[in-house]
Amino acid sequence: MPTQQPLTMKPFFHLLAAAMIFSLSSCSQQLVRVRPFERGNLAHPLMSGDRDTLLLAMTSHAYFSREASFGGGGVGGGGCGCN
Amino acid sequence: MKLIITIISAACISLTAITAAEPTVGTTLPNLNGLLPGAALPKTAGRVVLVDFWASWCAPCKASFPTMSRLQAKYASKGLVVIGIGVDENAKDYQTFAAKNKVGFTIAHDSKQQAAAFFNPPTMPSSYLVDRSGKIRHIHKGFKGAKTEAEYTKEIEELLAQ
Repeated sequence: MPTQQPLTMKPFFHLLAAAMIFSLSSCSQQLVRVRPFERGNLAHPLMSGDRDTLLLAMTSHAYFSREASFGGGGVGGGGCGCN
Repeated sequence: MKLIITIISAACISLTAITAAEPTVGTTLPNLNGLLPGAALPKTAGRVVLVDFWASWCAPCKASFPTMSRLQAKYASKGLVVIGIGVDENAKDYQTFAAKNKVGFTIAHDSKQQAAAFFNPPTMPSSYLVDRSGKIRHIHKGFKGAKTEAEYTKEIEELLAQ
């Protein structure tokens, strides 16, 4: 037969759980968030998605051709797949 | 188990308390020499101080430099001190940028990002205008050209007159 914990421990654990949820949610925001002055690497031109216009044009063309049945890169409808 | 949970909770609560203690309007400007060890900063006691956070990778920061230089040149004799704090993580980026862009006000490198971590500037650039008694009176987020310059001029003139 399983042993039960004394009832007096429950409020303590509930209080601890509530404190943890509250504190972890607020501190995780502080830990995970990249602060504005730490965005040097993110602001680097290499991080840009369209740094190479030729590569972007080729990738877009391939994507448009491949996904033509779904409308490619923004055109609603499509369906022939003949781009 | 209880002990572990208690320790984690305490650590998180204290971390939250530490990171939440950033300066706001009305708080006293901390000792910048303590936050920027080794930097040659001008005397700020009894003067109106404009502390500006910038970085070499931040285009609006670069755009704000001529304004800061103009303000320094115009109001230095009346008691204004402009201090630009560069927050680049890479010292070489800071040095290259500082060498290329000659400015008419004091700049200092926050190499360990101590000052940035303390002020926790909400955007880049952010600036803090401090009155003669050392209290932060205005916080500017970002730089919007002539509009921001007009705001600076109005606020600086008000603070210098006090």
